[in-house]
Amino acid sequence: MEITASQIIFYILSAIIVGCSIMSVVSRKILRAATYLLFVLIATAGFYVLLNYHFLAAIQISVYVGGILVLFVFSIFLTSQVGEKMPQVKLSRRIAGLIVSLGGAALTLFVLLTQNYPYAAKVSESEIDMYAIGQSLMGTERFQYLLPFEAISVLLLACIITGILVARKK
Amino acid sequence: MSIPMEFYLVVSTIMFFTGVYGFITRHNMLAILMSLELILNAVNVNFVVFNRFLFPGQMEGMFFSIFSIGVAAAETAVAIAIIINVFRNMKKIDTSEVKNMKY
Repeated sequence: MEITASQIIFYILSAIIVGCSIMSVVSRKILRAATYLLFVLIATAGFYVLLNYHFLAAIQISVYVGGILVLFVFSIFLTSQVGEKMPQVKLSRRIAGLIVSLGGAALTLFVLLTQNYPYAAKVSESEIDMYAIGQSLMGTERFQYLLPFEAISVLLLACIITGILVARKK
Repeated sequence: MSIPMEFYLVVSTIMFFTGVYGFITRHNMLAILMSLELILNAVNVNFVVFNRFLFPGQMEGMFFSIFSIGVAAAETAVAIAIIINVFRNMKKIDTSEVKNMKY
């Protein structure tokens, strides 16, 4: 079986995701943890490109990497000294976390790999038309999403007001 | 699509449970929030992968991911505002040291 380019890209991206997400939760310097999280999010955008969801990859980069992660870095600068190490976690708590996560992962992987999936007959290779995305996002018919779109905009407005109200100086 | 669907799901499972591990073991509130981002990100990958492989003609999974990213952004912004406020009042954001919030 020959190895195609997309398979090589997939393995590189999965190695980045697995390695960096593990480093992101065990690293004791919080700014470093945020940097590893950045790599995980960018590699996830790579997954979306690999699956031909280019619009979603653009959203992932612009919202997660450009918005949330910058917010994280700024709040890390506001709340901790540069180079400060977080204290070592208690061994009992680490063991509890390992048991929960490894047990959950084993159970999920067992169910995942013993399951038969009714694959669709023909997986489309093409990218989704941007016109179709716009129509679905802005319509009120079946499979169109104007109402959730507006709900998200109201939620974001409420979130802006809450952020100002909570974080401003008295 | 030469890559089977299970491969993507295995990667997202590992990402999810790494996030769970961080959520349990971390003490810093910002680090807990970062683990939460990992969990949400894994769930988004799952939505998109199921959409692409099982229902390739439809777009529900993609839209669910888009809205989920929006909600995650809102949630993170409010949480960071609260954490900064806690830091301003108590000078620390370690969950074992912030004791005045517990009752």
